[in-house]
Amino acid sequence: MADAPFDLGTGAFKGENSHLRRRKRRQMILQGSGMVAIGLAGLMLFILISSLVSTGYSAFTQTHLVIEARIDPALVDPENPQDGNYQQLARDIVTTRVSDGVEVDNAERLTAILSNRAQFTLRDMVVANPEIVGQTVDVKLPVADNYDQLYKGLLDRTTPEQLRRLSDREIEIFDELVDSGYVSAPFNWALFTNADSRFPEVAGLKGAILGSFYALMTCFILAFPVGIGAAIYLEEFAPKNRVSDFIEVNINNLAAVPSVVFGLLALAVFINWFGLPRSAPFVGGMTLALMTMPTIIIATRAALKAVPPSIREAALGVGASKHQVVFGHVLPLAMPGILTGTIIGLAQALGETAPLLLIGMNAFITSAPTGPFDNATALPTQIFIWADSPERGFVSRTSAAILVLLGFLVTMNGLAIYLRRKFERSW
Amino acid sequence: MTGLAFLLMFAAAIFGYIINRRAAVAIRNDGHRLHSLDYFHGYHSLLSVIVPLFIFICLFLLFKPLAVDALLVASLPESELVNLSSGQFQLVISEIKSISGGRVFGQPEEWKLAGAARLLFLREAADWVLVGVVAVAAALIVWTRRRTVTADFRARQRVEKITFGIMLSFSIVAILTTAGIIFALVFETSRFFAMVPIQDFLFGTQWEPQIPIREEQIAAEGAFGWLPVFLGTLVVTVVAMFIATPIGLLSAIYLNEFAPKWFRGIVKPLLEILAGVPTVVYGFFAILVVAPALRSFGASIGVDVAPNTALAAGGVMGFMLIPFISSFADDALSAVPRNLRDGALSLGATRGEAMLQVLFPAALPGIVGGVLLAVSRAIGETMIVVMAAGLIAKMTINPLDSVTTVTVQIVTLLIGDTAFDNPKTLSAFALGLMLFLVTLIINVFALRIVRKYREAYD
Repeated sequence: MADAPFDLGTGAFKGENSHLRRRKRRQMILQGSGMVAIGLAGLMLFILISSLVSTGYSAFTQTHLVIEARIDPALVDPENPQDGNYQQLARDIVTTRVSDGVEVDNAERLTAILSNRAQFTLRDMVVANPEIVGQTVDVKLPVADNYDQLYKGLLDRTTPEQLRRLSDREIEIFDELVDSGYVSAPFNWALFTNADSRFPEVAGLKGAILGSFYALMTCFILAFPVGIGAAIYLEEFAPKNRVSDFIEVNINNLAAVPSVVFGLLALAVFINWFGLPRSAPFVGGMTLALMTMPTIIIATRAALKAVPPSIREAALGVGASKHQVVFGHVLPLAMPGILTGTIIGLAQALGETAPLLLIGMNAFITSAPTGPFDNATALPTQIFIWADSPERGFVSRTSAAILVLLGFLVTMNGLAIYLRRKFERSW
Repeated sequence: MTGLAFLLMFAAAIFGYIINRRAAVAIRNDGHRLHSLDYFHGYHSLLSVIVPLFIFICLFLLFKPLAVDALLVASLPESELVNLSSGQFQLVISEIKSISGGRVFGQPEEWKLAGAARLLFLREAADWVLVGVVAVAAALIVWTRRRTVTADFRARQRVEKITFGIMLSFSIVAILTTAGIIFALVFETSRFFAMVPIQDFLFGTQWEPQIPIREEQIAAEGAFGWLPVFLGTLVVTVVAMFIATPIGLLSAIYLNEFAPKWFRGIVKPLLEILAGVPTVVYGFFAILVVAPALRSFGASIGVDVAPNTALAAGGVMGFMLIPFISSFADDALSAVPRNLRDGALSLGATRGEAMLQVLFPAALPGIVGGVLLAVSRAIGETMIVVMAAGLIAKMTINPLDSVTTVTVQIVTLLIGDTAFDNPKTLSAFALGLMLFLVTLIINVFALRIVRKYREAYD
C-alpha cells in the first residue's frame, strides 16, 4: 500500500497536503476574523456600558449636610412662612456650625458649601410644617456641586490650587464638617422627584419622565388602534390591486424615513399651521405615533400571518362572517404578537430624540408637567440638554439619566420577550 | 371642556349600545327571528355615535384656535393695525393673548384689554358650542338608531361596512403621512426658493446661514449652498460604513456558519441590545469617550485631530450600524436554500469555501440591500452628529477635520426661534427635502432589491 494516493494516518491526499493546508488556513482566517468582528462589537458595547456606569453611578447619591439648626423666628415669620429670609437662614446654619471648629474669615464663601437651592428646601420644610419656627430641628440640605464632587472623591485634591475649583481653605473647612459627621451621601431620590434645574446638585428627571410618559401614552392611544386597523385591512381585506401595493410600499418606506424629517413635518403642520403648543408632550406623542405606526403595522401583519388558515376555515365553515372570523378568532390569537411588536415600537419611540428637539421639547422647564399639554421635556431630550451643560456635575447626571432611560428600555423589551415566551404557541 | 365633550360622546355611545341591544333582545323574546345578532344592533348605535362625533371634535379642536384668532383680529380696531408690519402684528396678538392669560406687563392700551376680554369670551363660547353640538347630535343619533332596531334590519352588514370603512381610512393614514411630509417640505422649500435662487442652493459651495439682523447690515448676507453640508454628510457616512460593513458582514458570516448554537444564543441578543440603544446615548458616548480618545491618540502620533472630528461621529455611528447590517446579512444568508451549501460541501469544499464562494454570492443581493438601508440610515442619523460633529461647513473630505452634516444643520437652524418668514429657518426645510429625497431613493432601491431577492428563493 506504499503508493496509496492518500496518507492513511491523516486522510489527506499526498502531494495535495500544502494545498489543503492552505485552504484550511483560509477558512481559519475567515473564522478568526469573524470572531474578532464579534469581539470588537462586544468590546464596544462593554466600553459603552462601563463608561456610562463609571461616570453615572456617582449621581445616584447626593452629598447632604445633615445638621441641627434653629429656625430663627427673626428671619422667618411663623404667620407668613412663605416670605422668610431663607437665604440668611441657610447662611447662618453653616457659619454657626463651622465657627465651632475653625475660624471663619469669609461667610460668603462658606455658604457656597450649600447648594444655591438649599434655601428653597428649607422654605418647603417650614411651609409644610410652620410650628418648627423657633425650634431646633434636624435639617438635611444638599451641598453644592463642587463639594459634592469633592466628597465623592471626583475632585482631585493633588492638582495645584489655582487649577482647582475649590481653594485649600475651602477644602479644609469642608473636611472639618466631614470630620464632625455632618456630611453624608444618601441615595439621591431628588434625581427622580425633582424637575430640571440649573444647579446639577438638585436637578432631577421627574419632568422628563412624566413628559416621556405623556408622550408615549399619546403615541400609544393614537398608533395602536390605527396601526392594528390598517394592518387588518391590508392583511385580511385589501383586494390585491395596485392601490394596496402602493399603500404597502408606502408603509415600508415610511418606516425608513429619517426621524428628523418627521420632526420637520410636525413643526410645519402641527405647530406652524394648526397652532398647537410648542414643547407639549401631546404634540411629541402625535409625532412619535406617526413614526411608530409603520412598526406596529408590520408587526401586526406578521402576527396575523402566523395564525394558521385552518382557524379561519373552521370559523367560516360554521357560518361566521369574514368580520366575525377576524375579530372573533384571528385577532385574539394574534394579540400576543401584536402586543410584543407594539411594545418594541414604543421602546424605540421612547429613545427618539431628533423630532422632539424640533418641536421644542428641549426647553428649560423647572416644573414637572401636570398634563399632556403642559410644557415638558422628555428623557432623551433631557439627556441632550444635560450633555450640553458646562457644569461638571451634569456629566454624571447625564450618564445617570442615560442609565435610567436604558433601564426603562430594558424593562419594556423584557416585557415584550416575556409576552412572546408566555403566549408563543406552535400550531 | 374638551374632556366633557368626549365624556358625553362615550356616554351616549354606551347608552345607545345598551338600549339597542335590549330592544333587539326584547324583539327576539317576543318570538321573532332577528336577522342580525342582538349585539350587532348595539354596535350599530355605538359606532354611529362615535365615528362622526370623534371626527367632529377633532376637527373642531384643530380649527378652533385659527377661527378664534380670525374672529379676534376682525374685532380689533382697524386704525391700530393699519401700519403694523407682520412681526409687530404678531407681537400685538401675542400680547393680547398673554393679557388674557392674566400676565399683564406695564399699562396696555384700552383696545388691547378689550381684545383680551373678547378673546376669553370667544374661547369660552367656542367650548360651549362644542359641548352643545355634541350633546344634541349624540341624542339625535341615539334616537334615530334606536328606531332602526327591527327584526329584519341588517345590522351586521351595516356594522361590518362601518368597520371596513374605519380600517380602510386607518390604512390611508400612512399615505396621508407621506403626503403630509412631501407637501410640508415642498411648500416651505418653495417659500425658501422665493428668497434664495434655486441654483445658489443646489450648486453653491458656501454654507453660512445668516440673515441680516438690521436692514442696512450688508456683511451678514448669508450663503445657502448645500454642497459642503452634503459633502460633510458623505464623509461621516463613509467613515461609518467603513467600520460597519466589514464588522457587520464578518460577524454575520461567523454567526451563520461557524458559531456554536450556545454562542449564537448569547451574541444575537447582545447585538439586539446594541441596536436598541437610543442614538442620543451614542452621541453622548462619542463626546465623552471616543472624541477625547481619538484626540489624545492623534496627539501621541503627532497628528492634529479636530475636537469634533468626523472620525468620532462616523466611528460611533458605524458601531451603531453593526447590528443592523449583521442581522440583515444573517437573514439573507439563512434564506439561501440549504441544499446549495450541502452541495458545495459534498463536492469537497471547506465550510469557509462554501460560505465565501456559494452562500455569500447567492445572498449578495439581500446583503447589498441591507447595506444600502444602512447607508440611508447613516445619512439620516441625527443625534450622534448633532452632539459629536461640527457646525461649520467646509469643503473637505478629510475625516480628521470637523465637518457638519445635513441633519446637524436642520436641528441647529430650528432649535430656538422659529419664525417662518426668513431664509435661515426655511433653508432647514430645503435641506430636509433634499435629505428626504436622497434617503427615499436609496430606500426604494434597497427595498426593491431585498424584495426581488426574497421572491427568487421563495
